[in-house]
Amino acid sequence: MLEWIRHLGRSGIDFFEKLGRGNLFLARTLVGVPEVLARPRLLISQLLSVGVLSFMLIAISGMFVGMVLALQGYNTLVDFGAEESLGVVVALSIVRELGPVVTALLYAGRAGSALTAEIGLMKATEQLSGMEMMAVDPLHRVIAPRFLAGIISMPLLAAVFSAVGIWGGYFVGVGLLGVDEGAYWSQMQDKVDFYDDILNGVIKSVVFGVVTTWIAVFEGYDTIPTSEGVSRATTRTVVHSAFAVLGLDFVLTALMFGDN
Amino acid sequence: MAEAANPSKSDVLVRLRDLHFSRGAHRIFDGIDLDIPRGKVTAIMGPSGTGKTTLLRLIGGQLYPDRGSVEVDGEEVPSLRRGQLYALRKRMGMLFQSGALLTDLDVYDNVAFPLREHTDLPESMIRDLVLMKLQAVGLRGARHLMPSELSGGMARRVALARAIALDPMMIMYDEPFTGQDPISMGALVQLIRQLNDALGLTSIIVSHDVQETAAISDYIYVISNGKVVGQGTPDALDRTDSEWVRQFMQGLPDGPVPFHYPAPDYREDLLQGGEAG
Repeated sequence: MLEWIRHLGRSGIDFFEKLGRGNLFLARTLVGVPEVLARPRLLISQLLSVGVLSFMLIAISGMFVGMVLALQGYNTLVDFGAEESLGVVVALSIVRELGPVVTALLYAGRAGSALTAEIGLMKATEQLSGMEMMAVDPLHRVIAPRFLAGIISMPLLAAVFSAVGIWGGYFVGVGLLGVDEGAYWSQMQDKVDFYDDILNGVIKSVVFGVVTTWIAVFEGYDTIPTSEGVSRATTRTVVHSAFAVLGLDFVLTALMFGDN
Repeated sequence: MAEAANPSKSDVLVRLRDLHFSRGAHRIFDGIDLDIPRGKVTAIMGPSGTGKTTLLRLIGGQLYPDRGSVEVDGEEVPSLRRGQLYALRKRMGMLFQSGALLTDLDVYDNVAFPLREHTDLPESMIRDLVLMKLQAVGLRGARHLMPSELSGGMARRVALARAIALDPMMIMYDEPFTGQDPISMGALVQLIRQLNDALGLTSIIVSHDVQETAAISDYIYVISNGKVVGQGTPDALDRTDSEWVRQFMQGLPDGPVPFHYPAPDYREDLLQGGEAG
């Protein structure tokens, strides 16, 4: 029993210690952001690897999610003779929830894990130490461009997910199941609000972008510099990002739509 | 301890006094005094795990001592602010054991890296400087190779070219000879000495490769168990009275440092039979 309490205490201290390190890390990274903006080339190369190279994964996933939503939605709506509302169902589900959340989960698996592994290996091969000894702060030169690229990429990727998802829903609903094309689009246009739905979805994806990229770059920077350490850090990135995204999604949804 | 070198203050580039450093409960340095004279090649030697690399990190300000003084070119490193420390590091070069080349950049861009980060020189001048540094280490022709295409020895030479890119006042070498074939080793040994003399550098070599290091060093410190156990010129250390230093310098398998890790009596251990471990 005593051992269990001791273990619990140790885990608690470790958690808060890591949280503190993570916050200091974030603060020092943010100090480097203006430097990155002054050297856009650093940012562009990271936008390519973090954002552009995730594009196909997000687009294809978005399309299938939209297609499945249309199938499921149609089967339910048709019982009530409301299949013409399919466009609204698909669009609201994707724009409010699935777009930001699924994009963030896919992003954490694809780009987040790659960021952690890359930074962790840079640490293990003394590249970060080498930069420090060359009087170059790795938080400004390596971390800040990746962090910024993640924050910029996430809402754009979520927008791609949503757009392709709605198109996938159209393809199945209108193309295969025979829902009226005009109803699909006009009801969507009528019911989807720019501020309440689209903007809130964008805010969610920005928050998820900050959190998942922060977790990814911090886990890489904080890794134990061995192959096992990098492997564990990569796993932690995906697991912690998933928890953070799903937990924050609930909080944000409650704040945004809780009083409707 | 350092009175054997007996240098005046201006002749000393790095001065360590009463240096204490621990990692957790493990005490790594227990009151080290050490002087690195300007313009010389000074070696810090000792068995693996004695904290030689840690010593370089203390000098470079990547670690902070528990107690004592680390002075580089008259500046007390642990008390420097971040900007001051980075300004000092621009005048230091460090060659890591692995080379620590940036793996996403080719040889040319690796050497150009510190120049691009710290100067506003036009690209044409950076090109000239990079090619001069690469020529100095014999790898001008390898400028387009990626780090993954280099042998261990070549990677260290590129890292050396990068370390001298900003014309530093000193270079710290962390185990430069480990894992090198004889030709690479010979090239590195020559390079370290020649660069030191030609560029007027101060070199600190941390190593346990006795023959190679002694061949190019002006002065040697031998560290063990957190203390300086021997120091002097290579010739003086060859004639040392200290059994420990002699064992280390001549690579004898047994002596004050026993061959066997501390263990219970051999006979008793074998007769215990069934008790595994």
